[in-house]
Amino acid sequence: MKKNFLNWLRGKKTKPLTAQADVSTVPLSEKQVDEVLAEGQRLEPQQVLYACGQSVGKQRDHNEDNLFALSLTFGGEPGNYPLGIFIIADGMGGHQYGEVASSTAIRTMVAYLLRAFQPFIANPSEALDQSIQDLMRAAINEAQRAVTQAAPGSGTTLTAALVLGQQVTIGHVGDSRAYAIHHGSGETLTRDHSLVKRLEELGQISSEEAAIHPQRNVLYRALGQGEVLEPDIFTAPFPQPGYLLLCSDGLWSVIPEINLFNFVLTAKDLPSACQKLVAAANEAGGPDNISVILIQMPI
Amino acid sequence: MTPTGDEPEEGNTQLEPGTVLVNRYVIQDVIGVGGMGSVYRARDQHFPTVVKLVAVKEMINRAPDPVVRKTIVQNFEREANILATLNHPYIPRIYDYFSEGNRSYLTMEFINGKDMEAVITETAGFLGEDRVLGWAIELCDVLQFLHSHKPDPIIFRDMKPSNVMVNLQDHIVLVDFGIAKPFQVGQKGTMIGTEGYSPPEQYRGEAGPLADIYALGATIHHALSRRDPRLEPPFSFGERPLRKINPAVSLELEAVINTALQYSPADRFQSIDAMKEALMAAGRKTGALGRLASKTSPMSQSPSGIKPLWGFQCEDEIRGAPLYHEGAVYIGSYDHNLYCINAADGIMRWKFATEGGVVTRPAVFEDNIFIGSEDERLHVVSAHSGKPIWTYVTNGRVRSSPRIAEGHVIVGSDDLRLHAVNINTGRPAWRFETAAPIRSTPFVGQDMVYVGCENGDFYCLDFRGELKWHFKAKMAITSSPCVADGVVYFASLDGIVYALDARAGWAIWRFRMGKGSISSPYVTEGLIFVGSADNHIYAIDARTAKEAWRFKTDHQVSSSPTIYKDALYCGSADGNLYCIEYRTGRLRWKFATKGPITGAPLVYDDIVYIGSTDHFLYALLA
Repeated sequence: MKKNFLNWLRGKKTKPLTAQADVSTVPLSEKQVDEVLAEGQRLEPQQVLYACGQSVGKQRDHNEDNLFALSLTFGGEPGNYPLGIFIIADGMGGHQYGEVASSTAIRTMVAYLLRAFQPFIANPSEALDQSIQDLMRAAINEAQRAVTQAAPGSGTTLTAALVLGQQVTIGHVGDSRAYAIHHGSGETLTRDHSLVKRLEELGQISSEEAAIHPQRNVLYRALGQGEVLEPDIFTAPFPQPGYLLLCSDGLWSVIPEINLFNFVLTAKDLPSACQKLVAAANEAGGPDNISVILIQMPI
Repeated sequence: MTPTGDEPEEGNTQLEPGTVLVNRYVIQDVIGVGGMGSVYRARDQHFPTVVKLVAVKEMINRAPDPVVRKTIVQNFEREANILATLNHPYIPRIYDYFSEGNRSYLTMEFINGKDMEAVITETAGFLGEDRVLGWAIELCDVLQFLHSHKPDPIIFRDMKPSNVMVNLQDHIVLVDFGIAKPFQVGQKGTMIGTEGYSPPEQYRGEAGPLADIYALGATIHHALSRRDPRLEPPFSFGERPLRKINPAVSLELEAVINTALQYSPADRFQSIDAMKEALMAAGRKTGALGRLASKTSPMSQSPSGIKPLWGFQCEDEIRGAPLYHEGAVYIGSYDHNLYCINAADGIMRWKFATEGGVVTRPAVFEDNIFIGSEDERLHVVSAHSGKPIWTYVTNGRVRSSPRIAEGHVIVGSDDLRLHAVNINTGRPAWRFETAAPIRSTPFVGQDMVYVGCENGDFYCLDFRGELKWHFKAKMAITSSPCVADGVVYFASLDGIVYALDARAGWAIWRFRMGKGSISSPYVTEGLIFVGSADNHIYAIDARTAKEAWRFKTDHQVSSSPTIYKDALYCGSADGNLYCIEYRTGRLRWKFATKGPITGAPLVYDDIVYIGSTDHFLYALLA
């Protein structure tokens, strides 16, 4: 009894409190699984892999979602870093020109980012004159201006991932989502700027109620809406080994998260994972446009 | 002949003061009595020079039936095991578990304070809403920690005022994990809990996280209404509206408590996070949150102040930081000496004289102490005797602290070079030329060396001293960098905290402070802590570059923060050493020295060591 407890104190691994005593074979630890995964996928030179999926869904007649994906790889000399730009924008239903808003947002943003990276691409020792987060903020503001001009009164969500080296910087407005999927599970990186999510955060309604709430499409923050825009911007290590998943609510609102993660973790490759995700959303009724980008950066 | 429940008297009585358990814990007093035994305050004799108090919880096994006896011991052991795995500032730490005869003991952190029930009873009139709100938010924090425990959430199941200690700083500590247990979804348990505080479903044996939410609501209700729910019919809070009893309670807070106390779990907050969010929202609305953040805890400014365990006087200012190694503290002084001082009593073991002021932090490797001096040398002396082992000469004053890695000691100098010296021979392995003095302390991580330079250059070198990348700040980088999660952080005299990609050197974000800084950042749990000449200590979110909080001192903060447990320690040129809760930025205590503090504190084994320009090195209880 004392011995056991001292092991706790010394940090030795004893059986967890809830251990199942009848497990006959020892499963691989998370770390071992990760090592196996990493081993099989080692790529030289390092590169950002991705695949996309998109569908208008089963109940809408046109697509207001837009997506963009770009991966740059420089092989050869050492000291090169992969660069990836991935964006999903979901034009707002109930507004005119939702698809104009989402495509304007994406094109403006991509053009801005590529301009900013041009000197860096030409000469990697050239320092960027803005921090990555400032760059993201400026690009989103630029997109905001463009959307306001091109489609006044419309709006769009925008979730952008800028992968540079080992870090990913996320810029986010609205209720499209970014997930990190690793260690056999996943976590939501972004926070929905939706009324229902807010009510849920405040404890006014449960997550079950939120899922069927009639106002679940109402956003309190979107690109093209309002003069002041406060995007969420943050930087985190790219999930390795693992995946980054961007998607519009046409995907996440109809597939439970656990299934979402399982599709990704069990698919044979990135494109088939994306196609399966889109198919699953359509099978679940496909009430909205569906967009997904799945990104991986093997070590 | 047969040991039964009818044991002789000594088997059932309270321990007398002076009783020594396992040759280590001297019982001082009884601080609580429970169903199975008493809780004592005791002194731990393993710390002869410091008065270290512990709480000893006793369980006397009086059951005659061997099966019952075994169950009782197992339950007590389960509490020990649960506590041993939990590490949270609001949960007592556990030190030891042992049995003597029919008694089992658990030694835990001693909480100097009172339980909340005593606070409620002993307060004339109602407790202030702000104060109770502060406790409620902290209780949410600790329940959130338990509910998100892996692999299974832990349900406390017995939240009530008598299980909450309120310490002298007016913070809460959750005690008595006797019936807490890991929760498995869908599993039914037996009813244990305390009537009055427990929700309806717990009577059916279905206590999940929402049961703790109800009991927390009942606890706050009791604290604000002074109506003990054990004396009322169960689930009758609806008949005792809080504001009818205590009209001073705000509508906002009453609404939160009502939601927590809903009969049906589905009508309550669906997570402790949601409840905390609602409490914070209520506090923001009533202004309580602002008052809580700006005020110092009422007990922290006791007139007697904080007393050092000892102070050691040098012949001149201390501007550097101490090092702890095997029972001794090493510190350099502007009086040219490196001192070796007994950590327990502050008595000097030896001193080693250099020929210049010592403003750096010593480093240790295999019982050798490394120290840079303004006599342009890096000195290596024996930790035992203070006798020199070897000396390495640079051509400028050494104000950068040595860093030891991979068989080398790396140190910057005013001779515009970063030196890598073989740790055994004292021969140079390589030197890296820069354009200005190096006073920043190099950081070594992931086979890279990072260092700042007085003209604003920042360098990343590999282990052969080859440049990997370079970054330019607008003014000097005296601050010493640190790396976490692939990002290197440092401050500059240009008033900016930089976050650079550690592999490639591009800026991920910049954080602007009011003035320049030579303070070195400390990184933990996704927060960056750093001081600035604008008098503030900042906490910055590492992911978003947003300010989490800032704390104002009365002068420039050149000292560098350090974190120990739940507190941040940092000096200021106003002469104070500050102890601040690092999650909230709330002041816990401060200790005044008679001169500006520029060096960083060191905390080891619950003791803070800090040098001041008043010539003293102080040792304080953390």
